[in-house]
Amino acid sequence: MTDRDHLPGNPSGNPFGTSITSADIGETMEFLEDWEERYQYIIDLGKSLPSMLEADRTDDSIVRGCQSQVWLNARKDGDRFWFQADSDAFIVKGLLGVILSAYNGQTASAVLAFDIDGYLAQLDLLRHLSSARSNGLRAMIDRIRSEAASQH
Amino acid sequence: MNAMATPLDVAALRGQFPILSTEVNGHPLVYLDSAATTQKPNVVIDAISDYYRFDNANVHRAAHMLADRATTAFEGARKKVARFIGSDDEKQLIWTRGTTEAINLVAYSWGNRLQPGDQILVSTLEHHSNIVPWQLVAERVGANVIPISVSDEGEIDLDAFRSQLNGPVRMVAVGHVSNALGTVNPVEDIVRLAHDAGAVVLLDGAQAMAHQTIDVHKLGCDFYAFSGHKMYGPTGIGALWGRTDLLVDMSPWQGGGEMIDQVSFGGTTYQQIPYRFEAGTPDIAGAVGLGAAVDYLNSLDRDEIAAHEDAVLSYAVERGEDFEGLTRYGCAHQVSGAFSFLMEGLPSADVGMLLDQQGVAVRTGHHCTQPLMNRLGISGTIRASFALYNTFEEVDRLFTALEKVRTMLS
Ligand SMILES: Cc1ncc(COP(=O)(O)O)c(C=O)c1O
Repeated sequence: MTDRDHLPGNPSGNPFGTSITSADIGETMEFLEDWEERYQYIIDLGKSLPSMLEADRTDDSIVRGCQSQVWLNARKDGDRFWFQADSDAFIVKGLLGVILSAYNGQTASAVLAFDIDGYLAQLDLLRHLSSARSNGLRAMIDRIRSEAASQH
Repeated sequence: MNAMATPLDVAALRGQFPILSTEVNGHPLVYLDSAATTQKPNVVIDAISDYYRFDNANVHRAAHMLADRATTAFEGARKKVARFIGSDDEKQLIWTRGTTEAINLVAYSWGNRLQPGDQILVSTLEHHSNIVPWQLVAERVGANVIPISVSDEGEIDLDAFRSQLNGPVRMVAVGHVSNALGTVNPVEDIVRLAHDAGAVVLLDGAQAMAHQTIDVHKLGCDFYAFSGHKMYGPTGIGALWGRTDLLVDMSPWQGGGEMIDQVSFGGTTYQQIPYRFEAGTPDIAGAVGLGAAVDYLNSLDRDEIAAHEDAVLSYAVERGEDFEGLTRYGCAHQVSGAFSFLMEGLPSADVGMLLDQQGVAVRTGHHCTQPLMNRLGISGTIRASFALYNTFEEVDRLFTALEKVRTMLS
């Protein structure tokens, strides 16, 4: 358990969507020029995503279709969705942070309405990812959206 | 530069592989994934394209000029590949899609004779394609697939193997060279011990063909399986070599055209070997391309090539020893082609991605050898694998790139 687990109003235990927003990430990425700075930023974002407890990494939480191991759990608090996520790779954790910043703490309709393609295009991320990685990213997004859709 | 430079003109060799001058993410490509598939020299690419430009027709069928040329090219390639592995009878060479299909063919077709309780021994080093086909046949006939243990260094435990041979072992299926660790197995000893116990031996030669001269008779094995794409040939073609007396006794495994003698609803009879095992239109262009790869290898001084490859691998191992946080996996007596390692605290997937950003292509993960990874207590490795076109400078670039990766991830 990290301290953040005890923050009122954020049961996800991570800073994405609250203290690190998608707007923050968008602005920073626009400012970073070369691949090294951009990857470094993604890696650092990944380090801000706390590891999930072993007990939370259930079979059901595994996101299929990713090259790396990815776990994702959704929790609904009132009408808001909170996501815990983890991976065995920092870059993938960073990418999880990038998308959680758009979805964490949102209502189902906000999750579904969010223009994720526009956001990813703004970050110019996909150009730097292999097709397997972008498929994995897509799988994570689909998972989040279907959680929201199923409880709409 | 380092002192181990060999007389081989590697720059000239590299010039024959057009893809090696590619840039990746703004860097000249350093291709260290030849164990997954080797790159192709111009002569192979040209042979395939020339085949389609000038000779294309279906084989063994029509009475016209092109069909005759295609058949001659196709059967000529079979002969070349058979000679290349020391067989003087090309009927012993069955075209397959690769190693995987060759092993499946034996498991299915030879495996028909297995009885409940029979044992199939496979080493813990094996690629999944030398495990799963045996599990499938074992399930079908009630036989058992039993692993041969390997040491921490990644070597087959011959003493354990010897005592396992006291059981009702009918088949011993082992790799010639491990794709994950590079271990060169003592296959001649394994064959001798297995034969003494009355078992048949299949060798998975996928990782051996590019690096050493193969003589199936000298090895003494009963079956030898390999892939064209791991020996500078095209994907989609490979072969099974088998002992004639075993092959002629094996039932067909896929039915269709090419493999039949007479077809009627009263009963169908089958072709002789090798055609009995080659149902349907084969990969003719692939066979021709593999023939060209064999010509290419035959045109080189293979001892010189092997010495160069070993020197490059040794250089990588040596640099790895001095590299902080690097642990090498697989320290067998004899290794070939692959350098497998982990970086302390650095997830392999990240390392692979960040190396790629710097133009260095490696493979990360379990390398289709999950039982081996379990044995070693890890989930995978980072693998740099080498072929004749790799250089000492590329090893240096790997380590320079690794240093940057470490800085970025720490
Ligand atoms: C040792 C070994 N066996 C079998 C295979 C399977 O070869 P293919 O995929 O060409 O059938 C490979 C390929 O990675 C291998 O390295």
